[in-house]
Amino acid sequence: MRRVYRSLRRLRRAEEVTAEIYPSDKIKSPVHLSIGQEAVTVGIVDTLMAEDYVAGSYRCHAAYIAKGGDLPAMYAEMYGKSTGCAKGRGGSMHLIETPHNIIGSSAVVGTHIPVAVGHALALKREGKGRLVAVFLGDGATEEGAFYESLNFASLHKLPVLFVCENNGFAIHTPLAKRWATRRLCERVETFGIPAVRIGDGDVFAIRDAATDAAKAIRNGQGPQFIECETYRWREHVGPGEDYDDGYRERADQAPWVKNDQVARLAGMLGARERDSIDAEIEAEIAAAVDFAENSPEPEPEELWDNVYAD
Amino acid sequence: MPTDPEPNLTRYVDALSDAMAVAMDLDPKVFVFGLDVDDHRAIQGSTRGLVDRFGAERVFTTPLSEDAMTGVAIGAAMAGMRPVHVHIRMDFLMLCMNQLVNIAAKSHYMYGGAVRVPMVVRSIIGKSWGQGAQHSQALQSMFMHVPGLKVVAPSNAHDAKGCLIAAVEDNNPVIFIEHRLLYPTRADVPEGRYTVEFGKARVCARGDDITIVGISNMVMECLRAHELLTERGIDAEIVDPISLVPLDIDTIIASARRTRRLLVVDNAWMNCGASAEIVARVSEVLGEDGIKVRRMGFAQTTCPTSPWLENAFYPNPATIATAAHAMVKPDAADWTPDPERAKLAYQSEFRGPF
Repeated sequence: MRRVYRSLRRLRRAEEVTAEIYPSDKIKSPVHLSIGQEAVTVGIVDTLMAEDYVAGSYRCHAAYIAKGGDLPAMYAEMYGKSTGCAKGRGGSMHLIETPHNIIGSSAVVGTHIPVAVGHALALKREGKGRLVAVFLGDGATEEGAFYESLNFASLHKLPVLFVCENNGFAIHTPLAKRWATRRLCERVETFGIPAVRIGDGDVFAIRDAATDAAKAIRNGQGPQFIECETYRWREHVGPGEDYDDGYRERADQAPWVKNDQVARLAGMLGARERDSIDAEIEAEIAAAVDFAENSPEPEPEELWDNVYAD
Repeated sequence: MPTDPEPNLTRYVDALSDAMAVAMDLDPKVFVFGLDVDDHRAIQGSTRGLVDRFGAERVFTTPLSEDAMTGVAIGAAMAGMRPVHVHIRMDFLMLCMNQLVNIAAKSHYMYGGAVRVPMVVRSIIGKSWGQGAQHSQALQSMFMHVPGLKVVAPSNAHDAKGCLIAAVEDNNPVIFIEHRLLYPTRADVPEGRYTVEFGKARVCARGDDITIVGISNMVMECLRAHELLTERGIDAEIVDPISLVPLDIDTIIASARRTRRLLVVDNAWMNCGASAEIVARVSEVLGEDGIKVRRMGFAQTTCPTSPWLENAFYPNPATIATAAHAMVKPDAADWTPDPERAKLAYQSEFRGPF
């Protein structure tokens, strides 16, 4: 409980701080914030082992942070500094951290899915029971590579957990304009992949589903799929809210605010314990931002580094 | 039983399967996959024997999912394996472009050197017997355009084996371009492991009158043109770049500086092509010296299937020799070699269907 709260709160605050910094123009990078969607990431990652991999889309901060990605290196990356996790070459949409098995995230929707499956192929050959959890949005399920990946992963019984964070929008276009039916789990099941849908964003329900799925995967039963309904509180890209833009309304968000898992778990802890966790998180984030602020800018010659590997 | 006319020489296709076997033997992380790599035809023989020797975990077919399979290769490569992804025709690489351009080429750079993508994409260019619009494309320039990819197009069995082993051992994504008509051609191929270095061109024939650069199978056509030109008293220097990225432009510049004439013959379209790139780079260095340059390649049309139309689509030894003659002897009467004498055995040998 304490661990889950801490992880949820850490994601929320890290993203809020990013949004607070953003108007200063110090972060010149298109940020896709996970505020409101934290329970999905935390529910899944909390059941993983340190040796497991995670892969995220361009909305990748949450998976990076939850899996243990270096926080100062994340802010430094968004600041474009040499100390960033990708040395200032990737920015917000291309976070990576190999020591914690965080696969590099990708901005072209769905491209990271087969890459995650390729990691799963390597893990199956390795035979140590490790798995890959790949987070993808509802939009990514419309890409051909998603279905190609499901088929291949199931055919070869690869150790991969597909997690759809269904926030209902591809940029601003709702599911109703994109999906012929809402039966995503059924679609996935036809590939022989067990699929469960969690509609209320309950972090413990998600964690239970992930625990079962991870167990099945480690037992050699092949890939598993979890669809989590969720809600993006901020705009698609950028730090602000966009409830006055006409494509959605504040009232749509209301049930998700009422059901906010960060607030829910905060209420389940004693005030003293919660305050101590919160203070730790604030100090950690402040130090991380400080690191980014004070890190050196890359030298122009660094442009030419790493075009080809030695 | 007919006796082998060239018992000591190895066919291009056998050099490829030999290279794979050598590479797989040396490194258990190497695997080969792609539609039909493990079937009885074995990609026209180029993966012959691999599944029996290395097993189904290292040699396996795939669903027709070129996009995702490319992503799988990339992911496996990032995770420490060395995949070789095989496509029986280069045209299918269009389905892989998203992964190759957006992920494979960029990952080492975009992730600040945190990962490497050591993978090989083998693809075969088709020609003749009605391969036509979608089975004969040579798309090297599309890959040359993007930083992060290496592009090689060996023109003979020796280089095919040495380049394929080098490609597997390379820590970058390598687009490995074969030509179907080269498969039965033979060369002296050493046993065991050896590599042909990328970025080092080979001067295949020495000459002082004109530099002719041939790419992929066009090296064969240029060498025949060289013989025909010799009969006319013209000494052509034939250069095979072998790898297009990295490109050994220095060898080409040095040759062109001496001969004063540069003809680049690509087995591809010329617009924004390898021939344009080579001529541009040479001109940037030698342009003020007033050297003569010319390019040859596919007609700027879609490739037709009718043999009569197709003959007009491709450069051949006769058209190459004619062009070179006109460059060297602009004041002489036009000359075209006897088309029958310009034919190459490796072209008439191919009787399809694939």
